[in-house]
Amino acid sequence: MAHSDIKKTGHAASVEVASQDHQEHPLKVYFIVWGLLFVLSLGSYLVDIMGFETYLRWSLILFFMFFKAGLILAVFMHMKWERLSLNYAVLLPPIAVLVFVGIMVYESDYTVISRAEFFNTQ
Amino acid sequence: MTDTLQTETSVMPKNRPGGWAGVVSDWSADQRALKSATWRKAMIWIFLLSDTFIFSIFLLSYMTARMSTKVPWPNASEVFSLHIGHTNYPLLLIAIMTFVLISSSGTMVLAVNYGYRKNRKLTAIMLIVTALLGMTFVGMQAFEWSKLIAEGVRPWGNPMGAPQFGGIFFMITGFHGTHVSIGVILLIVMAVKVWRGDYDTGSPGYFTSRKGEYECVEIMGLYWHFVDLVWVFIFAFFYLW
Repeated sequence: MAHSDIKKTGHAASVEVASQDHQEHPLKVYFIVWGLLFVLSLGSYLVDIMGFETYLRWSLILFFMFFKAGLILAVFMHMKWERLSLNYAVLLPPIAVLVFVGIMVYESDYTVISRAEFFNTQ
Repeated sequence: MTDTLQTETSVMPKNRPGGWAGVVSDWSADQRALKSATWRKAMIWIFLLSDTFIFSIFLLSYMTARMSTKVPWPNASEVFSLHIGHTNYPLLLIAIMTFVLISSSGTMVLAVNYGYRKNRKLTAIMLIVTALLGMTFVGMQAFEWSKLIAEGVRPWGNPMGAPQFGGIFFMITGFHGTHVSIGVILLIVMAVKVWRGDYDTGSPGYFTSRKGEYECVEIMGLYWHFVDLVWVFIFAFFYLW
């Protein structure tokens, strides 16, 4: 009977749930990451204190930023242990933002040149 | 009925491939793509993705304003320095705020972990500590805002340089501060629920009428860590760059 078939598959699905694992991990890894985040924050603060300029400054800022963001996403937000499908569903769409950044860099360049040309401010 | 049951819990079959083969097979499957995520987790991640776009657009508008102005941009290191005694500490307040927020992320992670260990009291305590650290952060932000307003920074201009600075500052930090404040309220509500034992007995939520589970703490954690994550980007681009 069709009805009992549906019931059976429904039951099969709930049996598969039995092995459901939640995000419970040893505390050690959290403490290591917590410590690392403090060290990295101190590092990015030192970039300002030491007075690094231009390319060295920017690359250090980006290095510390991505390192911290990666640790938070991977360990604190459990991406390390999630299915890849979920991770890519979240991580890939923001690439569109990078395209937007490219467009706006080009646009800002045009604006600043126009301002220099027509308004002659400073 | 069976539908509800299936969405209430994760339905991760045992024999699915991992890696890229898993991505292809999950997304091409005729049912749900996020096999291991419960409805709660899927929803929070989709919300966080949309929030990512909002903050990205804010930072993007900041970049555009800063790149397209002929007037020099105010030096954040000086603007946000703290005057203690006779010395000027550049960016000190912002550094303290960063450490406070990271500490709160750590206590949040502990709350999630103790939740899954069914340690009701420690979970509630950790949630309250997280909320207190969040309040400290918002308090310091309020201090920072009043300091800048007293110095004459307005959304339309300021004495230090490019007039766009004020508008961008109030918009970005204000939106982030709002996120922290909302998080603090939710943390307190959740701490009360945990303390009462709502997640042990599975009593339904007031708005959702869904069965209360300790996974709710993890969902709260995802939001809180995201707020910390956004601060990492604001700190890098707005305060340090």
